[in-house]
Amino acid sequence: MFRTALLVAAKDLRIELRSRVLLWQVVPFGVVALLLSGLALGPAHAGNSSAGPGLFYLVTLFVALLMINRSQAIESTPGTKASIATLGLDPAGVFLGKSLALCVELWATGLVLLAGAILVLHTALHGALVALPSIGVTLAAMAAAGTLYGALTAGGDGAATLLPVLTLPAFAPLLIAGERSFSAALHGGALWEWWVILTVALVAYLAVGVLLYGVLEES
Amino acid sequence: MEGDIDVVRLHDAVVLSSGFPLLSGVDLRIGAGSLSVVTGANGAGKTSLLRLLAGLIPLTSGVATVAGIDLAEGDPRQLRRRVGWLGHEGSFYDDLSVRENLVFAARALDRPTSEIGSVVERVGLSHRIDTTTRQLSAGQRRRLGLAWLLLRRPELWLLDEPYASLDDDGRTFFDALLGDVVASGATVVVSAHDPLRSAALNPRTILLAGGRVVGDN
Amino acid sequence: MMKQLSQRLLGPVTLVLLGLTFWLGLWVTPPDRVQGNLVRLLYVHPAIAWVALYVSFGTATIASALYLWRRTRSYVMDRIAHCSMEVSVVFIVLTLITGSIWGRPTWGVWWAWDARLTSTAILGVLALGYLALRRANDDPALRARRSAVFAILSAINVPIIHFSVQWWKTLHQGATVFTSSRTVLVHGSMAWTLLFSFVGFTLLFFWLLRARYRLEIKREESSSAQLDEALASRRSEGAF
Repeated sequence: MFRTALLVAAKDLRIELRSRVLLWQVVPFGVVALLLSGLALGPAHAGNSSAGPGLFYLVTLFVALLMINRSQAIESTPGTKASIATLGLDPAGVFLGKSLALCVELWATGLVLLAGAILVLHTALHGALVALPSIGVTLAAMAAAGTLYGALTAGGDGAATLLPVLTLPAFAPLLIAGERSFSAALHGGALWEWWVILTVALVAYLAVGVLLYGVLEES
Repeated sequence: MEGDIDVVRLHDAVVLSSGFPLLSGVDLRIGAGSLSVVTGANGAGKTSLLRLLAGLIPLTSGVATVAGIDLAEGDPRQLRRRVGWLGHEGSFYDDLSVRENLVFAARALDRPTSEIGSVVERVGLSHRIDTTTRQLSAGQRRRLGLAWLLLRRPELWLLDEPYASLDDDGRTFFDALLGDVVASGATVVVSAHDPLRSAALNPRTILLAGGRVVGDN
Repeated sequence: MMKQLSQRLLGPVTLVLLGLTFWLGLWVTPPDRVQGNLVRLLYVHPAIAWVALYVSFGTATIASALYLWRRTRSYVMDRIAHCSMEVSVVFIVLTLITGSIWGRPTWGVWWAWDARLTSTAILGVLALGYLALRRANDDPALRARRSAVFAILSAINVPIIHFSVQWWKTLHQGATVFTSSRTVLVHGSMAWTLLFSFVGFTLLFFWLLRARYRLEIKREESSSAQLDEALASRRSEGAF
């Protein structure tokens, strides 16, 4: 399982490095979405709002949707799907590998967006650094959940539009827990409840993925 | 013991997609080590038949056994490991090179990557081994598909329209390769519009129409 | 025999219990000292929410898990999950409507950023997503597998809703009927009305589920007849 996971993750990351879709399409989308978020707050609040962590996560969430679509699109061309299916890869390994690759990509994009939030929304640098572990776990949970929901919708009618409908509600607790722990890092306050939610979500999505990913594949 | 040497046994096999019968009751037996050409008009069900045999689409009703695995009950993953599929679409990761695609397949199958050089040479792609698949021509992609199958050495080869996009040299090369594969004991099923293409290999010709077998010789 | 009798009695018993609930809730029970007549929503909203969040969603989840488990895999389970989820959508919408009606005079707004209200709305979108997912997949086996996994994933949200009451900053009142010490805080006619309401709405769910299940069977029979026609037409393409 772990061998397959590493093989699949390395393959996905290599494809990403080669195609540069992340660099030239996803990251610019995230940056422009962050700028628009600032504009939406209005001139009085764009630079001094406490909404920084929330906007950071909201933008990350939309960026994650693009990346999940991309992660599934790699596998979804008819010929690739058929050829890869005949390799008989262990589905649990494929799930872990795709989650790992998506997680690494989300971390990289998250760092760029965090820098953007510090720059344009004036989020405090120290607080952002303190929030890094919780951001890392939130994005890891998003990657695991996203890989599952991506596989759920892959190949179905209107997969690209169905994905957000299914995924965004499931991301809501992650958004809340991520935002609350980021805000706690900035302004102080209780933290452990959010770590519980994030850890439970991460473990639950990983467990469901390892057990049931094979069930989601088209026969 | 005829059943033991049949790689494919279908009885009244029906496959539906969105309520439409792609296959409407196929009765067919294919013996081990044989070469068969499935032919018929557009929409006759050629690709669907091959996809069913590859475990890529589910059997709706009827009886189907491929390589000893019951398609209705068995694990499609088990079946897919034993069959090789070459579709008429591109069949690899477009952003990986020929070598990277084959290394991925070899590692997934637990095969030594040292075989890749000889396989690529056999299909005539040595000069393109580090080219991204996206940059290959349709015929070269077909050759990469064959390299993929040679690496896998499946017991049942299912080739969907393999002659499309091949030039004359490519067709001659392909016929020679098919001959070697059959001689090695593998079973080959090819779909083609033109049944005469592989006449030199003296294949069995199975004619499909309306999603079932209407001619066999 | 017993099964037939209980199925025949399901509808009438449901109607009697709900009738009793409305009669007791509207005419017999007294108004509340603080909330006045608004308290009468107590006999509707919690019971509907109970059916929406626990009974129907729970049934859909258990049926989905049973579908995924090889030994109990059958389209019966898939149909039960599908039909329960459809009924669940109705009850979730009713929960949100009755909750808003209660919330408007209590909180002063139709929608408050209350944890349970928000989570219930999210669960409603998940239930709609489940139905959308079913429509997106034609192959019955794949549809059943994928929707079963999605139902189980969605059920992960239910405990989050539960814990959210304690953890998230909330305007919603905490548990009323049963406190952690399990002491019943309402008495007399109010308690009876509540009991009838919970049992009545639960039976209503099963009644609706049974009706929807029968409809699904009829729909499948009808598409099976269409299939025979499609097969005959397809085969005739090959006739010479």
